[in-house]
Formats: sequence, C-alpha cells, structure tokens
Amino acid sequence: MSMRAPASDLPLVLAEVRIVDGEVTILDRITLTITAGPPTILIGPNGSGKTTLLRAAMGLVPLTSGRITWGGREATTPGRCAIMFQRSTMLRRTAAANVRYALAAANVPRAKRKERAAELLALVGLGELGDRPARRLSGGEQQRLALARALARDPTVLFLDEPTASLDPYATKAIEDIVRAVSARGVKVVMSTHDLGEAKRLAGDVVLLHRGRLIEAAPAAEFFATPHTGEARKFIAGELLV
Amino acid sequence: MINRRMVMVAAAIVFATFTAPVHAQDKTIVVSSTTSTQDSGLFGYILPLFKQKTGIEVKVVAQGTGQALDTGRRGDADVVFVHAKSAEVKFLAEGEGVKRYPVMYNDFVLIGPKSDPAGIKGMKDVAGAFRTIKEKQAPFISRGDRSGTHLAELALWNKDTGIDIEKEKGSWYKSIGQGMGAALNIAGASNAYVLSDRGTWLSFKNKGDLQILVEGDKRLFNQYGVMLVNPSKHPNVKKDLGQAFIDWLISPEGQKAIAGYKINGEQLFYPNANDNNA
Amino acid sequence: MFYFPTLTETGLNAQSSPDPLAEELRGGDFRPAPQINPGYPMTGDVSALHLVLTGDPGLFAIVRLSLQVSLSAVLFAALVGVPAGALLALTRFPGREVVIVILNALMGLPPVVVGLAIFLLLSRSGPLGSWGLLFTPKAMVIAQTVLVAPIIAALARQTIEDLWAEYRDELAAMDIGPARRVVTLIWDARFSLVTALLAGFGRAAAEVGAIIIVGGNIDGFTRTMTTAIALETSKGDLPLAIGLGMVLIFIVILINALAWGIRHAGERYAG
Repeated sequence: MSMRAPASDLPLVLAEVRIVDGEVTILDRITLTITAGPPTILIGPNGSGKTTLLRAAMGLVPLTSGRITWGGREATTPGRCAIMFQRSTMLRRTAAANVRYALAAANVPRAKRKERAAELLALVGLGELGDRPARRLSGGEQQRLALARALARDPTVLFLDEPTASLDPYATKAIEDIVRAVSARGVKVVMSTHDLGEAKRLAGDVVLLHRGRLIEAAPAAEFFATPHTGEARKFIAGELLV
Repeated sequence: MINRRMVMVAAAIVFATFTAPVHAQDKTIVVSSTTSTQDSGLFGYILPLFKQKTGIEVKVVAQGTGQALDTGRRGDADVVFVHAKSAEVKFLAEGEGVKRYPVMYNDFVLIGPKSDPAGIKGMKDVAGAFRTIKEKQAPFISRGDRSGTHLAELALWNKDTGIDIEKEKGSWYKSIGQGMGAALNIAGASNAYVLSDRGTWLSFKNKGDLQILVEGDKRLFNQYGVMLVNPSKHPNVKKDLGQAFIDWLISPEGQKAIAGYKINGEQLFYPNANDNNA
Repeated sequence: MFYFPTLTETGLNAQSSPDPLAEELRGGDFRPAPQINPGYPMTGDVSALHLVLTGDPGLFAIVRLSLQVSLSAVLFAALVGVPAGALLALTRFPGREVVIVILNALMGLPPVVVGLAIFLLLSRSGPLGSWGLLFTPKAMVIAQTVLVAPIIAALARQTIEDLWAEYRDELAAMDIGPARRVVTLIWDARFSLVTALLAGFGRAAAEVGAIIIVGGNIDGFTRTMTTAIALETSKGDLPLAIGLGMVLIFIVILINALAWGIRHAGERYAG
C-alpha cells in the first residue's frame, strides 16, 4: 500500500466553519483540528451535522463562512482525501472494474491499474469476487468495495460517513477490521457513527456534534470516562439529545 | 473491452446492410405519373419490357395529376405522364415541358352501388346522370385532389351539366382529396357514386356492392399524354434517357405493350400515339 | 376526332371499333410479354402468407428496405440524440426548462409534417436540391432520423438526469470531470437507453406519412412495408394489406425480443 502520505496535507483545520441553507444552520461555527494519528470519530444524533461536516471537509459542500486548510494551505483544492458514504452506488460493471475506474480517476497509469485493483480488492477481502458484477454483491461486500474505491485514491485522509449503519454485525466487523488496518498504515481516518460501541472500538479522538455545533472533542478514554459537558454525559448515558 | 467490440461489429453490420443495394447501372429516370395509372398495374407490366430493351430503369412516383405536374415544375422528375390535356397544355405554355405526345386512352365510368338510389343505371347521358344524382342528393365521392379524374369530374359538372358544383354542392358531395383506390373504398363503404377510370376499376379488388352504372358517353373519354420536363429550366433532367422512354412509349413496340396489358382478358388502355388530335 | 370503343350495357366486353391502329394491335398477334420480375406485388390473388412461405423476393426486398431505413434512422438519431440528451441532463443554463419542454413536445412531431418539410428541402427547386436525394432511400432515412431523434434525446435526458441524481455524490467524490461524467453516465444507463432506442425504432417502423412523401413509394426502390400496405389498401386488396401488416408487426416483435435478449444477457454480465 501507500507510504505515509506527505505530511503537508495535515493538520486539517476547520476554522469557524458555518454552513447555512436558507433558514437552517447546518454547521454553526465549527472549529476543529484533525492531526495524524488514530481515527477521529464523529458522534451525535441524526441531523447534528456529521454528514455535512465530512462532506464539507471533502470539498463537496460550499461554506457559507469560515475556512478549511490542509497543512496550512487554503482548501480550494482539498488535499488527498477520499470519502465513503453510508450507502454506496456501484457502477454497472464488475467489482474490479469499479476499482479500476476509481484508479483511472486518480490518474494511475493504465498499466498499473489491474495490479493495484487486485491489491485493493485483496485488502478489503474481495479478492475472489473481482469478476462479479458489482451490483450483485451483498450490502456488506458493496461497502467493502466502496472502501476499496476510496483507497484507490491513495488518500491522506479517509472520510467515512456511517459506513456500517446498514450492515449486519459480521459485515460491520469486516469494515472495522479494514479501517484499523488502514489506519495502522498511516491513513488518517475520520469517521462518523451512530454506534457508541463502534466509537469506543475505533477511536482515537471523539468529537460530539449536536445541532450543528461542536459540543465536545477529546481523546476517547477521556471523553467516555470524564465527559465535561451535560450533552456529552447525556449522550453517553444513552439519553435522547433533542 | 468486449462491449466496445460488439458495438463496432453491430455498427459495421448496419453500415453494410445500409449500403448494400447499390444499383449497378446508373441509367435511371424518374417519371411522375398518376395514381390511377399506377393502381391499374400498367407500369408493373410495361416497364420491365422497356428495361429489357434499353437497360433504363424507370422509377415511377405516383401522385394526382396536379401533384405530378408540380413535381415536374420543381424539376424532381424527368418525365411526366398524366391524363388531363388542359393541365398538360398549360404546363407546356409555362415552358415547363418540351412537347406533348399522346400515348393512349381509356374511358371513365360512373360507378355506384347495386341499389342505385338515384336510379341512373343504364343512362346514356352522363350529364343527365350527374344532374339526377344532384337532384336526388345521392351520396357522391369526388377525388378532390386536382387529379386527371378530378378535373374530368369537374368538367362534367361545370361544363357538360351546367352545374357550378363548388357553389351548389351539399353534404351529399364528399370531396376526399385522395387517390382513386381510396375513393372507391370509400364509395363502397358508404354506398355512394364515384367517377373512376376504367383501368383502376378493373384492377380494383374491393368492389363489394359497386358496379358500373353509366358508360359509353363520348364525354367520358380519357386521354393520356407524356412530356419531357424542360431541361433548359431544370438542367438536372436526364433528357436523353427521358426522351428514350417517350420514344419507346409511342413506338409500335411500346404501343403493342400497352395494348397487351389485360386483366381477366380485358384490355385496359388503348394506344393512340398516332392520333394527332388526341 | 377521336375513336372510342363502344361498350355494351354491362360494359365488360370491348367490341371492335373503327380505329385501324387499335384493330392492328388488338387480337394478340404478338407473344404475351414475359413477366420479368414484374415488381411487387403484381396480382393480389396471393396472400401475404404465401409470399412469406415461398420466399418471394419482392416481399423480402421490401422487408429489407424497411429495416434498413428504420434501423439506420435509429442509429443516426441515437448518435445525435443520446449525447444531446445527456448534455441537457447534466448542464445548467438559462432557458433550460424551456428547451426540455420543447424537446418533449417534439416527440409528437407529426410524421407527415416532417415529410413535407424534408421534401421541400430536398426538392430540386429547394435549398438542398443539388444533393439529388429526393425519392431515394437516403431521403427516407433523413426524414425518419428527424422524427426519431427528439424521442431518443428526450428519453435519454430523463434517464440520465435520474441516474445523475443517484451517482452525483460518488462521481464528485472520485473527482470525475464533466467529460468523463457524461461518458460514465451514458454507459451505465445503457440498458434504459436501449429502451429509448426501441421506442424510436417503433416510431420509425410504424410510420408512413414521412417516407411516402420523401420517398415517393417507388416500386422496387423506395417501397417499404408501410407504404406497400398503403398502396395495397388503395388498390382495394385489403386481405393482402392486412397480411403485410401482420408481417410487419411480427418483425417488430422479433426486434423487440432481440433487444430484450441483449439486455438480459448484458445485465447478467454487468449487473
């Protein structure tokens, strides 16, 4: 796989990021620094802005105000990053062809694509299924394929938007194992999740969002043992944050 | 990728079939003629003979006489072959044609239902028959398409019967704007009278209840003429090939061929190229 | 002075007339002319089924011409219509909604109007007369391409716009540029686009108004199934006309079955 990504892409800094859509404030002055290291996990109720934050960092959503910088650079073109969505759309071709497509989009020379695709498929555990039509894979397999596609871009930062939300535990474990492996190789993972257990299993750092505001951010051990804010305490206790 | 290749192959097949029928010889002419002549089947009979003799392929575009002459005026045909002398003479006067040659004649017949509501069967005077139809308001189908048959029908009303049909028609008179076959179909389906040329009538296969009720009147004479479209006006006209066709039509051989076309033993057209007054 | 055969009241027997030329010509003292490929169809006591079973060359020539014209028209219409529809789906510009409405309306272009317009263009006395295309199969292909292209473009636009909504995030995430985006969407929409092509083919194969005007229904040259049916109807040979109609319907069903088979096989391969 790739070598450690150029350090110049990190830290990824969001400074006073606001995103407003009409009357609704989706992200309300988020300030967050993401540095190299173990995964950063975003948690919070639905509608708290997790998805929008990831997309904004990826460059898919324009900011109403605020700045995003990659390694100190303005993010007119984001650094090397990739994103995986909760439900991924497969192209109408084989699994391997899907990965090759992503490699082509990342400007990998044609001669290298077949080999790289095979490597990536093996990494996500789909080595045998390269020739199967992607749409005929199971949900879990499709998510793993989407992960392979994302990794084809050789990203510094990998954003994952609730990747296991619709998967059964077996498939969930498969994804989590890959995330751990990828993180161990030096890719910074920024992942949102619904599942506190998953946050505990994978984090790094935990960031709690609620109604577009950043409530609390801390390393996992600290966050779960001694939450500082009322919302965090309630959330950890399993109460509904409204 | 397999799929790209399949697409190429498919495209090649389509291209090949599309360009396949390339006519070996370039000797073709376009003749605009009338639907009645086409519907009678005459061309299917005489044109192969002409081709066998000269190697010239004749492409017939069949329309009403008015439309056929307009096609000549636009230069889209090399030869026009119609049956409305007054319109043909006008065509010549406009400088659109070179010379008019009479070719053949047949007659018109007044067709009607067996029940004959106007009671005109067997009348010798076609003008009288028309007048009776109008008085009885019996249903009558008119071609309405400026064809030779239509012009003949109008002449019968306006000149011979003295009725200004445009002004005096009623709902009994239906002007359909279509060819002879369509007119016969409609007449059969609505028990109406219709003026037809004998050639189309004989070869028409849906006669149903219809039959010839009036015939033989001198005014039902129907003359066919052929003209070369004027090459000075339309340089693309194939004047040698077109003239070859005309020459063949009026030659003894062509005239024989015309006379030889029969349906159930009955001759449809009578050659009269020798008749200078036709 | 003209000579006219007098006819009996029943009008079925031509009696001798005073016309010397007619006298000479009648009486059959020449051999009956050989029936050399008299053009289709000559006499109608032949049913359409009989023509099919005996492999009548005239019938097969007509079928082949019909398919050539309509399939070629669909091909050219697709080459124009699919990219046009895709571009319309993926770009935004002022007046876009108006263009879409007009494109959808053009699906209902009356064939006879298209035929007339192309006729006036291609006539010798028209602007494109020097091409000499009037009354040829090429003119028929042109007219049908004009008829079919809006159908394919409008359906392609809808299909690709729907697919774009589904693919938008992923393609953006993979940083796919506009050109590659169009190609990807067209390729991924290929099965639905086949349906659009079939709709276009159905329109082309069924119409008669445009091709009879620009083609002239010339025997052995521009006569297709639909124009032959029109002709046989006007000659009163209704059974033959209906028979030809059924042959036409059968062929259209065959083409649709073929397309279904291709789609089915393709979907099994590529999902």
